[in-house]
Amino acid sequence: MARTLINVPPTAKRGEVVEIKTLISHPMETGFRTGPDGALIPRDIIHRFTCTYNGEEIFSADLFPAITANPFITFTTVATESGELALSWTDDKGQTQMETAKITVE
Amino acid sequence: MTILATRRDILRTGAATGAAFATLLLVRPVLAKPEEMEAAIRAFTGSAPVAKGKVELVLPALVENGNSVPLTVNVAHWMEPNDYVKTIAVFNEKNPQPNVATFHLTPRAGRASVSTRIRLGDSQKITAIAQLSDGSFWVDEAEVIVTLPACAES
Repeated sequence: MARTLINVPPTAKRGEVVEIKTLISHPMETGFRTGPDGALIPRDIIHRFTCTYNGEEIFSADLFPAITANPFITFTTVATESGELALSWTDDKGQTQMETAKITVE
Repeated sequence: MTILATRRDILRTGAATGAAFATLLLVRPVLAKPEEMEAAIRAFTGSAPVAKGKVELVLPALVENGNSVPLTVNVAHWMEPNDYVKTIAVFNEKNPQPNVATFHLTPRAGRASVSTRIRLGDSQKITAIAQLSDGSFWVDEAEVIVTLPACAES
């Protein structure tokens, strides 16, 4: 669906707080703008973002039209064990994009 | 006499058309009112008391482009399994909608700190409210001046 950029440190010490930066390309159409014909362009935004760490949800966000196009979100987590972070974005059209990132904990 | 009257008529119509154009140019998208932000905050807190402190809302004081404004919320509170920052919600005063974003955190976050980029439709006050796991609410506010607002083209 869309290009994503995910920045997770590949390795971390056990118990360390790591920062996860995410970006996805999406127009985030607000639903308040008018098109060339004067009609409102229907709203199409990513309204939900979630992140799971080895299957357990660690972070989620509800987004509104006030978030910029190509939403950028950063958050933190404690590196507990080696594994996989799964990030998913859901937009108003019902499309869900899932991306994963590996982290190795020493 | 008749010629003069006609000319006046023309001038009068001209002035009226000019005024009509001026009003047309002044039509702008409807912006939310501060009361709507208060209503949205009440819906989030459930009218519970909101205390100042703990929360730090980081925003540039002067924004050149309202289409992309970096925003960071830090909450000075530990993230223990039984005592942590549960939710961080951000509200605005004058965008078409009072909500900006709501972040749901867990004790596994390690630190209560989130960043994103937001749109601002006007110079206004931004409010960040954090809900702790014990149910208490903490708030911080920031005034932002926007030179070129988002949605200026429509």
